[in-house]
Amino acid sequence: MTEGKAFCCFGCQTVFSLLTESGLEQFYELNAAPGARIREPARRARWAFLDDPAIQEQLLDFADERQARVTLHLPAIHCVACVWLLENLFKLHPGIGHSQVNFSRREAAIVFTRDKIKFSELAALLASIGYEPELTLGETEKATPSPWRKKAWLQIGVAGFAFGNIMLMSLPFYFGLDSSNGPWFKAMAGWLSLAFALPVVTFSAADFWRAAWLSFRQHALTLEVPIVIGLTAIYFLSAFEVFSQRGPGYCDSLCGLIFFLLCGRLFQKKTYDRLTFDRDYKGFFPLSVVRKNSGGETTVAISRLETGDHLMLRNGELLPADARLVSGEACIDYSFVTGESEPVSCAAGAHLFAGGRQVGGAIEVETVKPVAQSYLATLWNHEAFRKNRDHDLDSLTNRYSRRFTKLVVGIALAAAAFWLFRDPARALKAFTSVLIVACPCAIALAAPLTHGTAQRILARLKIFLKNALVIERMAGVDTIVLDKTGTLTCADARGVSFQSADCETRNAELSADEAQWVASLARHSTHPNSIRITKSLAYSALPVAGFRETPGCGIEGEVAGHNILLGARAWLEKQIKSGMRKVESGNATETHDGSFVSVAIDGVLRGEFKLENSLRPEVAELISQLGGRFELALLSGDNEREAARFQKLFGEHAILKFNQSPADKLNFVRELQSRGRKVMMVGDGLNDAGALKQAEVGVAVVEEIGIFSPASDVILDAAELPRLANVLRFARNAARVVRAGFIISALYNLVGVSIAAAGFLSPIVCAILMPLSSATVVAFACGTTAWLGRRLHAEKVLVENSDRHNLQSSTFNLQPITKEAA
Amino acid sequence: MSVIIILILASLLVGLIFLGAFIWSVRSGQYEDTLTPSLRILADEPKTKISETKSKQK
Repeated sequence: MTEGKAFCCFGCQTVFSLLTESGLEQFYELNAAPGARIREPARRARWAFLDDPAIQEQLLDFADERQARVTLHLPAIHCVACVWLLENLFKLHPGIGHSQVNFSRREAAIVFTRDKIKFSELAALLASIGYEPELTLGETEKATPSPWRKKAWLQIGVAGFAFGNIMLMSLPFYFGLDSSNGPWFKAMAGWLSLAFALPVVTFSAADFWRAAWLSFRQHALTLEVPIVIGLTAIYFLSAFEVFSQRGPGYCDSLCGLIFFLLCGRLFQKKTYDRLTFDRDYKGFFPLSVVRKNSGGETTVAISRLETGDHLMLRNGELLPADARLVSGEACIDYSFVTGESEPVSCAAGAHLFAGGRQVGGAIEVETVKPVAQSYLATLWNHEAFRKNRDHDLDSLTNRYSRRFTKLVVGIALAAAAFWLFRDPARALKAFTSVLIVACPCAIALAAPLTHGTAQRILARLKIFLKNALVIERMAGVDTIVLDKTGTLTCADARGVSFQSADCETRNAELSADEAQWVASLARHSTHPNSIRITKSLAYSALPVAGFRETPGCGIEGEVAGHNILLGARAWLEKQIKSGMRKVESGNATETHDGSFVSVAIDGVLRGEFKLENSLRPEVAELISQLGGRFELALLSGDNEREAARFQKLFGEHAILKFNQSPADKLNFVRELQSRGRKVMMVGDGLNDAGALKQAEVGVAVVEEIGIFSPASDVILDAAELPRLANVLRFARNAARVVRAGFIISALYNLVGVSIAAAGFLSPIVCAILMPLSSATVVAFACGTTAWLGRRLHAEKVLVENSDRHNLQSSTFNLQPITKEAA
Repeated sequence: MSVIIILILASLLVGLIFLGAFIWSVRSGQYEDTLTPSLRILADEPKTKISETKSKQK
């Protein structure tokens, strides 16, 4: 069956035979590269905890005696073939019923018969064909998303329907053609208009009423207040005209206005299904851990973990609660918790903090605190996480509307007072007309459309905003606080350098052949250090014989007849005890500044690779660009060894702080804010989560979109970091566009209000003036923002060009000035 | 000209039918995921049928 076909690994071959047996071979014809690389062979025991009723209750959407339905997040979904295969799952196992994929959310809803397939077996089956379900604690406690989108569509539909039909009936009146039909036509059109407008005012505009009532109670005068006043005035004036048989009323303008407002609101509410902006530490933790007790090892859900449990942690696994090391060689990588880039070696009995990741062999630990009270989790108890900052009382629109509302009500009263003395019959009409014409539809559209367009433009640059208001907060920023590790620096091929073990007798550098051997071996390992070393060496792959990986120690194999060892120094020495040449002790005791990987060729220690964190490309230019316009600060959980280099980079006045705990970072941002600063925090890890939340704008820098990032307002692809200065300029310009939109609509209002105050408002003036002002503002806002966006995209080309130039010089360059001169 | 009343009522009836259809489509969840159906249609038909229809076209 598998004859004549080449497979990259055994895992893919297994999937192929499984699929062909079930008649699903079409999978391989739907896409040139279907499926995902199988990282590790399926271990059914790993999913055993899913059969726990308490866990099932959290995860299953629906369950009865016979059947159950579950929605699983499968990050591996990436193409048409994935959708097809997952919707044909029932062919793989008789216990699986209907399954439906939501591609944009990377989710599959699967119905299964419980006595034919267990939940754990379903998860294992999915994992075995390459779609490993991602189950995290954060997800299981997530409430189902509110159905606002459904309601929003219904509201728009009803408003649009009423708008169109009333408009058709009103057309004859605009052109004075109604007289030929007799008075009954006027009456019928009026009554029908009123009837159609009623659900629009009560149902479609319901959210405006609610918001207006809320802001009225808070004495805030948001933009909804004049909108609602306008709506009420139009509806009652129309009803009065219909009752008294004066005309058909203004219901066409009323419905059109609500329809446009709802469209603007829907446009602004752009969400990204793949991204989560509100994840906390729980989303980062695994759902289950391996617990060791007298009966052996069992997989247990984190929520059921108790103090005093003994846990087994393997290479790369995360510690979910504060714990004490019982046995094993612990080497804990706290980079996500503290930002400290070096893994810490611990002896038995040492206290380990939650969030640390074990690097090396398996260790046994005993938990000393519950998950929710561990070092990392306590950060989330801070009050910064309790306040909801997405209220928009202080937005540009609402600041404008406060003055605007008072002015309009003032003019309306003045007009009414004036006509009361001159011609009392006109007073009421003038009063309501002013309120109608001044209804700030165009103003209400200016900000949503500008922000919505800006949000879409940035998303194309892989900069994702939580909501449209973020762009406005971004425009107000005057201080930028940056995290160091993982944000400004990163672990990539540029930080790798080779040091020979013995520089007197041999060449200091690896020869071309040697580099090729090492790279050919290293490419077979998925360890981050191996990947970096492979990337840093120029090679064409040679076949490797006898490849063996010892987790936490290193890899070995035979390339072109040479035995190559790559790994930790101690492990290497153990492996080649007999044939190893004595190395000068001075080299070994040197203070280590970064992690090291040693290489031995044919039983002789050849030297070691030094893996440093290097500055991301273009960061030096970014800092010098930002330096002139913003106050800068650097916070790092790392120690001070690079303080001098960064002081030079940031300039003398910038504040640099090292050895910062997550709470220190939060307090630093808060202290800046208490001095009236508008702070933007740029960070990447859980250790920055507090500061990201506290800052006006929190920017999470991620290597790969869709993978875990802490709660933030902006998720930014790390490759786009150099563009931060341009993005901030773009945000400021967008705020200017909104203000210009206000001025345009104010000009229209000036004309409309003068007509209204004079008492000459007619349905046709209303029907022309209101859509016209809205259309002008919409066209201006979208057009100008799109033009600004094109400028932003054009700047990208420049960045990319110099980016390439920068990558060629692979040194840790911290002198932007000399570099630019060169 | 009183025939216009029949026209208006008829057009309103058609409009209401479409409004009802729209409400049904929103309620049944057709606006929740607009991306996956566009992908699904590319793969829905088994391969044999596709080749049959192609040969018929010829």
